[in-house]
Amino acid sequence: MILTLHRFWSSHGCLILQPYDMPMGAGTFHTATTLRALGPDPWNAAFVQPCRRPTDGRYGENPNRLQHYYQYQVILKPSPGDIQQLYLDSLTAIGVDPLLHDIRFVEDDWESPTLGAWGLGWEVWCDGMEVTQFTYFQQMGGFDCKPVAGELTYGLERLAMYIQGKDSVYDLDFNGRGVTYGDVFLENERQMSAWNFEHANTESLFDAFKKAVAECENCLDAKLPIPAYEQAIQASHVFNLLQARGVISVAERQAYMGRVRDLAKGSCQAWMEKNGWAA
Amino acid sequence: MTDFLLELLSEEIPARMQAKARADLEKLFADQLAAAGLKAESLQTWSTPRRLALIARGLPETTQAVSEELKGPPADAPDAAVEGFLRKAGLTRDALETRDVKGRATLFAVIDKPGRATADVLSEAIPAIVRAFPWPKSMRWGAASQTTESLRWVRPLQGIIALLGGYVVPCEVDGLVAGNTTVGHRFHHQGAVTVSGVEDYADVLRAAYVIVDHEERAKIIRDGAAKAAADAGFALIEDEGLVVENAGLTEWPVPLLGRFDPAFLEVPPEVIQLTARVNQKYFVVQDARGALAPAFVCTANIAAHDGGQAIVAGNEKVLAARLSDARFFWELDQKKTLEQHAEKLKAIVFHEKLGTVADKVERVAKLARWLCEEGIIKPSPLQGRGGSREAAEGEGQSPTSAQSPLPTLPSEGERAELANLAEQAARLCKADLVTEMVGEFPELQGLMGGYYAVKEGLDTQVAAAIRDHYKPVGQGDDVPNAPVTVAVSLADKLDTIAGFFFEEMPPTGSRDPFALRRAALGVWTTISANGLRLHLQTALTLAIAFYGKRIGAAGADLVKAYRAAKEAAGLEFTDADLAEARAAFISNNLSDEAKSAMIVGRVRPAVTAILDFFADRLKVQQREAGVRHDLIDAVFALGGEDDLVRLLARVKALQGFVETGEGTNLLAGYKRAANILKKEEAPSPLQGRGRSREAAEGEGQSPTSAQAPLPTLPPEGERALQHEPAEIALIDALDKAEAAADDAIAAEDFEGAMAALAELRAPIDAFFESVTVNDADPAKREARLNLLARFRAAVHRVADFSKIEG
Repeated sequence: MILTLHRFWSSHGCLILQPYDMPMGAGTFHTATTLRALGPDPWNAAFVQPCRRPTDGRYGENPNRLQHYYQYQVILKPSPGDIQQLYLDSLTAIGVDPLLHDIRFVEDDWESPTLGAWGLGWEVWCDGMEVTQFTYFQQMGGFDCKPVAGELTYGLERLAMYIQGKDSVYDLDFNGRGVTYGDVFLENERQMSAWNFEHANTESLFDAFKKAVAECENCLDAKLPIPAYEQAIQASHVFNLLQARGVISVAERQAYMGRVRDLAKGSCQAWMEKNGWAA
Repeated sequence: MTDFLLELLSEEIPARMQAKARADLEKLFADQLAAAGLKAESLQTWSTPRRLALIARGLPETTQAVSEELKGPPADAPDAAVEGFLRKAGLTRDALETRDVKGRATLFAVIDKPGRATADVLSEAIPAIVRAFPWPKSMRWGAASQTTESLRWVRPLQGIIALLGGYVVPCEVDGLVAGNTTVGHRFHHQGAVTVSGVEDYADVLRAAYVIVDHEERAKIIRDGAAKAAADAGFALIEDEGLVVENAGLTEWPVPLLGRFDPAFLEVPPEVIQLTARVNQKYFVVQDARGALAPAFVCTANIAAHDGGQAIVAGNEKVLAARLSDARFFWELDQKKTLEQHAEKLKAIVFHEKLGTVADKVERVAKLARWLCEEGIIKPSPLQGRGGSREAAEGEGQSPTSAQSPLPTLPSEGERAELANLAEQAARLCKADLVTEMVGEFPELQGLMGGYYAVKEGLDTQVAAAIRDHYKPVGQGDDVPNAPVTVAVSLADKLDTIAGFFFEEMPPTGSRDPFALRRAALGVWTTISANGLRLHLQTALTLAIAFYGKRIGAAGADLVKAYRAAKEAAGLEFTDADLAEARAAFISNNLSDEAKSAMIVGRVRPAVTAILDFFADRLKVQQREAGVRHDLIDAVFALGGEDDLVRLLARVKALQGFVETGEGTNLLAGYKRAANILKKEEAPSPLQGRGRSREAAEGEGQSPTSAQAPLPTLPPEGERALQHEPAEIALIDALDKAEAAADDAIAAEDFEGAMAALAELRAPIDAFFESVTVNDADPAKREARLNLLARFRAAVHRVADFSKIEG
């Protein structure tokens, strides 16, 4: 499936990239999306990104909620006029028959408070299940996107469940020779859920958050937007872990998100300046 | 006459925005026509997820030719003036006419403007409509978005059909050129669809698997969902909001029935319904007994070639996962008691100025306890009223007046038991806010707490109170009548109102961000439906006192000590004493001066503001019931009447009275007396004879106790001066009427009080007929004025008649 998507998007002019090697909550955090969504230069890329969402862990007991899963991300800048049709063609390419399955574009205004970003678009439903997030970025890091990029984020496990007709993500056939997704990841989900929710050392997490903030500021002072942005990614993930541990109160939550947003915005601003782009 | 078709094709428009978009399109189009002097015989709009369409019928082919006349300067005006006029009119000198205006030759310009082709008007109007379209949220897209000035639409705009009488209206918006083609269904139809005009538009689209009329799609969904449910032996739980939403998500709707594992039915039905509706836009169904059945209806957008089997299987899978999540929350939440959940409320801010939710819970618990301990809320059954909508509307009918005996207090033991339950319920009532389930579905607040309380095996009264304490939410909602629920519900709302007013955040104009109006209405309907006798002033003062730095038991002890001291001294411990005593504890570390400054400066104004607020709410609420607002003012103006049940009884008695001949006449007599007194009192505030303006106004201050000293000379003195029989008659009548009215008021027989006062009508009329107030003898004059003041004070026992209109 991934290879099919790579072939499809490559034939439509996308660079095929590899995952970013840091824990992050969504493919949108990849520099190929966040930073490249800024500025006037055309940019078309596709890549797989593993995502970690500590609070979504279900100890391996929910058939389609995981704390670690894979997104397939496509970014097309500027957004082509036929982007919806391209997307639907890609679904057909991986074996979703739109006259057998009910494909729908359902309103979903996307906003990332930690990236200072927003866009309009849809969640794409396949028989009632959200399989893709489809967004026209309007702002990133607080800056208007000029031009607007279209972002497609496929939920690979969910799509695979459709194509293979499985009720549970853990039953997915991984290799066609008897190895299932559960064989590969079920134990990870159990242990990581336990760690995320129960055992992660909150003191060292708070400490890690502080260090990431400090390091980000350090990089910004040195006018190094990419390393600064990596620290923002790190801070965001640590914040998510703290959330899963339930140690951040509602009142504090806003403040923490504000901190991460400031880091992301600062990195984006430094990126804009480095490239000589006006806001 | 001709007709016009406009279709704006775009990527998927959010379902919730479509109805307003249709209305906006119609309005913008009509406005554009009107600006050109055009009007269509009829306008119709349709929408689908991908298109907004407008059909105008009976449109003139051209606008009216108009002839415009401009009056210029006199014919003999200087050249400069004439030239200026020529420039303005755009004509040459020889094109002007000369006419006689009042004997003077004056220049006129006549400019003929020929009619414009409607097509020309439209080719300007369409781009203007597109650019001005008021989408709640709009976006930029594509290569043009290199600048932020590019065209905005709700989602990328893809095409425009503009056909006037079958011909394309030439126009263009940011590179999109209007034409006569559109697209059909995304999956059921390939290629362009050519439309020839208004007449075939809907049919051509139907052939391409698009039902463009949203009403028709809604009907297909409504009927189809009901049929799908019925075919499976169930009944659809109707939900018109879902019908409309699904119609806004589909161009070719196909309702399909799916099922879920009955094991999920252990999760509360409200949770299942919300999960299905909010997350998946599914209808739910019930069985013959009215219980939720393990099936649902989804609406597909295609007629699938397998009849929808794969779609149903997919949707079943999704719902199963959602319900599995809901069950996960349901079970996870039950691993802790509500008391344990409530611990987390310490971390949730209720309002930055009003502390955390845990603080609120603490206050509500105290107030709920007080309401029970004071016997304001009595153990079940609560007066046997309330609980239903009808009862709420019938409020005030029975608790009026003498027929209802004054409440008797339940035994101390009963009160204590109720108070304990109320306090327990109050302490747990917000605990569900931190549960996973309410985090997922905030609208389940209260309800989930109730379920968890039952699961925990708490007292059923406590569970019901947790479940229902938000009620009544708005008019028409159930009004609680279970004593524990009433206690928590009232305490919660009074606490909210008291806090926001105390911190000076009342509703203003149309802004009521903390829903205080709804809370006040809830307090009122709960009080009236249950016939509760509550002195709002006391309750609110207490509620505010509870906002002070934790005063806890020390505060209650101080009240008790104060009460004991007063009673030991043979003095009555009044409501006012109680209120002040409690308020004084706002801060124990304040000096006495600071405390009283706090009470005078903060607490009293807040309480007064809240009482005014209640009066306003009551007026609004009672308007529908035909209760006159001026009469509510008249009773409120007395001050001191803060028992809403009694207040409304007074108002109703008053309304019955002033609408009779006797009432009207007494009112006339009152106004005459009041006018005379006003003239006397206003200009000479230094009169210094014990009847200063303030004293006169203070007359009616305590209508409840009626012990206010009357501003009269001693009766003997009056008698000694008496000359006129009408004066003697009035004094006698007042002696009787005052006593009778006081007795009636004490018994809360306000009709009786009115009737007693009505006896004054003949004597006061006779007095005005035969007695001159403004006598030359100052002593007589004084005595007569005093008599009128006494009459006014007598009337003020029931209401401030000066507020009554007419």
